[in-house]
Amino acid sequence: MQPIIEVQHLFKKFQDVTAVDGVSFTVGAGEFFGLLGPNGAGKTTTIRMLYGFSPPTRGIVRLFGMDISRDWRRIKMRIGVCQQDNTLDPDLTVEQNLMVFAGYFSIPSREAAARTRELLEFFALSNRRSAKVMDLSGGMIRRLILARSLINRPDLLILDEPTTGLDPQSRHQVWDRLEKLKASGLSVVLTTHYMEEASRLCDRLVIVDRGKVLVDGSPEELIQKHAGRHVIEIGGPDQALRDHLKAQAVPHDDLGHRIIVYTPDGNDLSAAVRENFCHERCTFRNGTLEDVFLRLTGRELRE
Amino acid sequence: MGIMEIGAISWRFVKVWKRNLVTFQKIWKVNFVTPLLEPLLFIAAFSLGFAGIVGNIRYGGAELTYTAFIAPALIATAVMNNAFFETTYASFVRMYYQKTFDGMLATPLSIEEIIIAEIVWSASKAAAAAGIMLGVLGAFGYVPFPQGLLAVPLAFFGGIAFGAIGLFFTGIVPTIEMFNLPIFLFVTPMFLFSGTFFPVSNLPLWAKPLAIAFPLYHLVELCRLVCLGRCETVPLLSVVYLAVFAFLFSALALIFMRRRLIK
Repeated sequence: MQPIIEVQHLFKKFQDVTAVDGVSFTVGAGEFFGLLGPNGAGKTTTIRMLYGFSPPTRGIVRLFGMDISRDWRRIKMRIGVCQQDNTLDPDLTVEQNLMVFAGYFSIPSREAAARTRELLEFFALSNRRSAKVMDLSGGMIRRLILARSLINRPDLLILDEPTTGLDPQSRHQVWDRLEKLKASGLSVVLTTHYMEEASRLCDRLVIVDRGKVLVDGSPEELIQKHAGRHVIEIGGPDQALRDHLKAQAVPHDDLGHRIIVYTPDGNDLSAAVRENFCHERCTFRNGTLEDVFLRLTGRELRE
Repeated sequence: MGIMEIGAISWRFVKVWKRNLVTFQKIWKVNFVTPLLEPLLFIAAFSLGFAGIVGNIRYGGAELTYTAFIAPALIATAVMNNAFFETTYASFVRMYYQKTFDGMLATPLSIEEIIIAEIVWSASKAAAAAGIMLGVLGAFGYVPFPQGLLAVPLAFFGGIAFGAIGLFFTGIVPTIEMFNLPIFLFVTPMFLFSGTFFPVSNLPLWAKPLAIAFPLYHLVELCRLVCLGRCETVPLLSVVYLAVFAFLFSALALIFMRRRLIK
C-alpha cells in the first residue's frame, strides 16, 4: 500500500545553520506518527516542509504520492494543519473562524455551517460559538485550532505541539479527542516534547536531534531497546554500587547524586540493589519513553 | 512554490478579501466616521477661514473658489490614507501579531493570492471611503453627478497603487514603529506637495519633477478631471503612471513579503 507520507534525504539550511540534515521517514495510512526531539532539533522545520510552508533545500517530500513542490494545492486540500502558534482571527467569533477558514478550501457555506456545528460539538465548544476568540481560555483556543484544522475533512492531520502550554485537564481533553480521531482511521503526524503524549498516542515515532533521525520504532520497541523494561533510580549512590555496575556491565546513567540503572530482563540486579545499595532512596519503576529520549539526546539544556 | 508561478494565482484570493470584509464588518461604524466627518472639517476650515485669505484660484484656465479646488484632492488623499494605512499597520498586525498569513499558508491559498487580496482589499476600502466622501462633498455641490461617480472606480484604481507600496513597506520594516519613516518621508510630503492645496504649476521649476513623480499628484489630477472637468496633466499619462506604479510595487510587495513569510 502506498504510504501517506514519504520523506527522503530532506535537508533545510538557513544561512549557516543546517536545521534538517538528511531526514527520511515514511508514514502509512491510518498511522499515528510521532516526531520527537528537543528544542531546536528540527521538528517544526520538518513539519513546515511537509505541508509546503517551507521549500526544502534538498530532498523529496511526497504526500499521497504527489510531490509537495509541484502539487501543493492538491495536497493542501487534503491535509489539516494545527500550527504551534495561535493563528486564529481574534476579531472573529468561534463560529466565524471556522466558516472563514472553510472558505479557503472552497467549501460551500451550507456544508461549512454543518461541519462547523459538528466540529464545535466534537470539541465541546458549542456553547461558546458566538464568543470572540479573545475571550477564550488557552484550552479552548487549542481545541478551536484543532477543530479548524479538520474543517476540510483531511486525510492527514499534522499537529505541531498541540498541547504545549495547556493545563493537565485541557491536555487530557485534547488527547481524548485525538484518540477518537485516531480510532476513526485518520492518519496523523504529531510533534511534541511530552513523552507521555507520544507514548499514549503514537503507533510509531522517530526521535530527531540536530536535524538527524536517531531512532525509529514503536514506543514499546524503543523502550525495550534503549531503556529496558525496568528502571531503578538510586539516590546518594556510593562507590560500591558504581564498582558493581561497572563489573556487571549494566547500562546506567551516573548523574552524580543519582544513578539511573536500566535493568535488562531476567536479571536479578533489582534484588541485589534493593539489598545492598539502597542507602538513601530507591525508586523501582517501568522504563519510559522519557528514559529513551534522555539517553539518546542527552541531559544538557537546549536553549 | 517557485519564484512566481502562474498556477499560484487564482480567484481564490477573493476568499482572503472576504475574510477582511467579515472582520471589517465588526468595526465598520467606526471606520466610516472618518470619511464622513473629514471632508466636513476640511470644508469648514477652508471655506470659513482660509478661502478668505486666498480668494479664488486659477486652475486649468478657469477661476475656481479655493474650496472647489481642494475638494477633489480630499478624495484623493483619503484614498491614499485608507489604502496605505490598511496595508501597513493593519496588514502588519495580521502578518506579525495575529499570524493570519501563516494560518492561510497551511491551506490551499498561495502567498501570491494573500498578497493580491491584501492589496485589493485596501483598494476596496479606499473606494468605499471615496464613495462616502463623494456623498458629503456632492451635498455641498462640489461634485457633479452622475459623472462624479467615476471617482469610485478611480479610487479603487488609485487604492491599488497606494496599497501596493504600503505592503512593500510591510515586507521590509523590522518593527511596526518603523512605519513612521515612510509616513514622514513619503506620505506627508505627498499630502502637501501633490497639487493638493496649490497647483503644481505654481511650484518653482526645480520642484515640479518631484511633485510629478508622486503617485498622489496623478490621482489628485484625475479626481479633479472627474469633479471639475479639467486637470493639469494628460489624463491618459496619469492613468499609465499609476498603473505602472501599482504593478511595480505589487511585484516588490510580493518579493519582500515572500522573503519575510516563507522561511
